[in-house]
Amino acid sequence: MSILTVVLNIVVIVLISFGVFFFAAGTVGFLRFPDFYSRMHATGKCDTLGVVLSCAGIALYALHDGLSLGNILVSLKIMFIAVFWFLGGPTATHALLNSAFNSGILPWTKDGKAIIEWPPK
Amino acid sequence: MDNFFLAIALVLSFLVLICLYRAVFGPTVIDRIISVGVVGTKTLIVLLLMGFIYKRMDMFVDISLLYAILSFIGALIFAKYFVRKGVL
Amino acid sequence: MRYIVSFIIFFLLWVIWSGKFDFFHLSLGVISCILVISISHDLLFQRSNFQKKDITETVRFIKYIPWLLYQIILANIHVAKLALHPRMNDLIDPHIIRFKTKLRKDMSLVTFANSITLTPGTITILIRDGYYFVHAIDMKVAGDLPGEMEERVGHVFMEDSDG
Repeated sequence: MSILTVVLNIVVIVLISFGVFFFAAGTVGFLRFPDFYSRMHATGKCDTLGVVLSCAGIALYALHDGLSLGNILVSLKIMFIAVFWFLGGPTATHALLNSAFNSGILPWTKDGKAIIEWPPK
Repeated sequence: MDNFFLAIALVLSFLVLICLYRAVFGPTVIDRIISVGVVGTKTLIVLLLMGFIYKRMDMFVDISLLYAILSFIGALIFAKYFVRKGVL
Repeated sequence: MRYIVSFIIFFLLWVIWSGKFDFFHLSLGVISCILVISISHDLLFQRSNFQKKDITETVRFIKYIPWLLYQIILANIHVAKLALHPRMNDLIDPHIIRFKTKLRKDMSLVTFANSITLTPGTITILIRDGYYFVHAIDMKVAGDLPGEMEERVGHVFMEDSDG
């Protein structure tokens, strides 16, 4: 077991652990926030970063037994999944919230004013 | 490393179980759609980790890419469909 | 010109996805790339010829990405802290805020909207008549909008130099 393999394994473990931590935080937020606009904050953001970090770790580990052509292709494909999710996650979040807003559902607020002008005069 | 991947896959499956609470008891339809999307994201990572455990990464990576595209398109179609039907 | 560049991009993607390099699969790739380009050649590049500022835009966009990644990591730590905080209900104060934007091009509007969705506690809901409707999870993160990010996106797509 060479020193390079040990370093690679440690980097992979750190990346995937952080990804799973963000997944867990997103799930807890998904259960605790008061309405679905706020729940979207938890899922839309934490899941995006979780997927990107986990995919980076998995793409690194796909190279662990040598730089053959097949391994590089697999690693590139996993990076494409990460990039696709990076672009697609915000779009899906935005589409769902847009349809909810267009159907006239207003978010839960503390003071009852749903839409405020910005910046305040 | 196989044990580490197995443990991570188990943790993710447990998170999927927690997310199913919102899919079953969610107060609105949107909550259920979001919950399905979140389960799809976690399943994507579990599929990739299964590729390492079964040593068939070249096959599982294509499956998980299709899964990513399908869950993205599924969210878009749900959003369009429920607005047009006026279910929300 | 844009046909050739789109063909090269699509064919590279085909080779990566298929992973087979014999004559049969490569010719299938050429046929399907030509089919896709003939249907949707105006999606990837809007202008038919390349100008000097396209290259400048690409370089500036690549420079914009590291700053965006840094902001995304800050955003995720913020939301994770909110979600795991025991007194979560006192900390959040969600509102939809409405502000006017200076950006006009489609591409910069989309980039700005996706960047807002990815950064601290804010999600773009709707863009209508030059107004952004943004859902913000508390008042502190809403105070940063539109602010620095709009300046940077406008700089990337050269909003100040032409229309």
